[in-house]
Amino acid sequence: MAPILWQVLTSFKVNADISAVPSVYIPRQLTLDHYLSLFVRRPFTSYMFNSALVSLTSTLLALGLGAPAAYALARMRLPGENIILASILIVTLFPAVLLFLGLLEVVKTLDLGNNYLALIIPYTAINLPLTILVMRSFFQQLPKDLEDSARVDGYSTIQMLVKIVLPMTLPALATTGILTFIAAWNEFIFALTFITRETMKTIPVATAQLSGSSAFEIPYGPIAAATILGTLPLVALVLAFQRKIVQGLTAGAVKG
Amino acid sequence: MSNLELINLNKIYTPKVIPVNNISINVEQGEFLTLLGPSGCGKSTLLRLIAGLEPPSSGKVVINGRDVSRVSPGKRNIAMVFQSYALYPHMTVYENIAAGLKLRKMPSDEIRRRVNDVAEKLGLGHLMDSKPGKMSGGQRQRVALGRALVREPDVFLLDEPLSNLDALLREQVRADLKQLFDQQQTPVVYVTHDQTEAMTLSSKVAVLYGGKLQQLAPPQEIYTRPANQFVAGFVGSPQMNLLTLNCDANTAVLGEFRIPLPNLATAPSQIVMGIRPEDVHLAQPEDRLTIQGRIFLVENLGMQNLISVRVQGSDLKIRALLPANQTWEGEEVTLSIAPQAIHWFDVETGDRIQSHHQSDRVAPPLDLGTDSNGPVPPQRQFTNN
Repeated sequence: MAPILWQVLTSFKVNADISAVPSVYIPRQLTLDHYLSLFVRRPFTSYMFNSALVSLTSTLLALGLGAPAAYALARMRLPGENIILASILIVTLFPAVLLFLGLLEVVKTLDLGNNYLALIIPYTAINLPLTILVMRSFFQQLPKDLEDSARVDGYSTIQMLVKIVLPMTLPALATTGILTFIAAWNEFIFALTFITRETMKTIPVATAQLSGSSAFEIPYGPIAAATILGTLPLVALVLAFQRKIVQGLTAGAVKG
Repeated sequence: MSNLELINLNKIYTPKVIPVNNISINVEQGEFLTLLGPSGCGKSTLLRLIAGLEPPSSGKVVINGRDVSRVSPGKRNIAMVFQSYALYPHMTVYENIAAGLKLRKMPSDEIRRRVNDVAEKLGLGHLMDSKPGKMSGGQRQRVALGRALVREPDVFLLDEPLSNLDALLREQVRADLKQLFDQQQTPVVYVTHDQTEAMTLSSKVAVLYGGKLQQLAPPQEIYTRPANQFVAGFVGSPQMNLLTLNCDANTAVLGEFRIPLPNLATAPSQIVMGIRPEDVHLAQPEDRLTIQGRIFLVENLGMQNLISVRVQGSDLKIRALLPANQTWEGEEVTLSIAPQAIHWFDVETGDRIQSHHQSDRVAPPLDLGTDSNGPVPPQRQFTNN
């Protein structure tokens, strides 16, 4: 909590307070200058838009691709299921940094530099295994009787998935979705390398590249403000979905 | 008019794992068939085959003369109640019950009428807008029943619907079920491992074991004339005494005592004798077929005492169910066995050996009879063909 609190306080301090020795803990004078400067001197709105777009798209893609795969892995007896699962697990063990150089070549070859796809595709790919594994274990504990019951009631397979399985899956989708979103939102290295155009940068990169009027001035205030602005959406997101996550939607479907 | 026919139904996973082995059963209108058997006997698989949740390896499921073996579950016009109830957690009770009708594109006022009828019948009226998560086990169970009833299907399938209820509630719901289905003319297939449920509810019981049909008969006949040793041991509580005895001439040797065999073409060297504990009594002076032994265990069941006796001259044990008010002295007791209540089974096949005992027939003279050779007193009404 302390570092976060410090950042919050710093973002509201005037520059004199920030650089004062000894440290000033509680701002003697509140200011919104640092926040305003982010939007006036920098295209911070586009940074936020970029981050949101990239994170949201890759999250939706990861869920859209991962959930059906997880369902198939949980419900069907596939030949070589263990091999598939093992390979998915191995991918999650891979540090993303190791993929970085290879991906750079791929991005170059496909000419995806300064294209949102250069971020969306790797973010989706990196988060997909986790999505599949989490969703699979969720589907496995989803009572199969419910699906049988739906079939006896006359639901077709598609109807059953959409009207019965999907509503019960929402908590799990929210959980894994948030994890994916946070990972994509905070990602730094890919975003730093694959995107160089100022208007397409994401928040983490933009924050790191904030600089003062001279090379020797470190703009503590704006950096703190940018950090807060970059964190707030995540906090809001988690709070919004918290209820969905905690609330066991399956309660009452079957005994126990 | 609806009926259900299973014709040579098979479900084969591997050559060794055959949960449903060549089963043919007919369930007519108004009949209540119970599939009874221990866990893993294939009864649930058989039900799933009827529902169409699994395809049969071979054989046919025929409903109302229509072969539905390859028809999807939703198009068979069946309704199923699951052991876990399987209510849709995100829907209210009303939506749960109405779901199947809505899918069939029934007009909404007709749906409303039918759902309300069923809800009234099951006493669910005040719960219509609540979700299953907030309800008790008994209420959920009734919703599951309602969901099946409202469909007015051609066949009802129930998969151990009572096993998740506590004992007291189970008894009550069992009685409710009996009333409910007595009013219906629709065939019912009911899966259970609980013989009391099978006995009380059904008009016909199919005892299954190892994927095979052991006996298909009305409950009373299952009880009084078990087709083989498995059925004899499985149905009835406390369990039937099943003793493997050596044969000598026309008698079976039980310790120091001899039990006359039924009339057989060839006398076997060994035979299995079955006698229910409730058919073993403390001997009265006029009883002719008696055995003696030492009591080594008395279990008080409340209404009755279950005593375990080691038969004199052998290690064999026999259990007797005695009324609680009946007393005995010491550990040595003389027990009488009603000859017409004895079941004989082949030692190798386990099949019932058809005895030609008739209740009106004079019993053969007994070696150890203490009394004269009068007719056997009809201690127990016993119907033989």
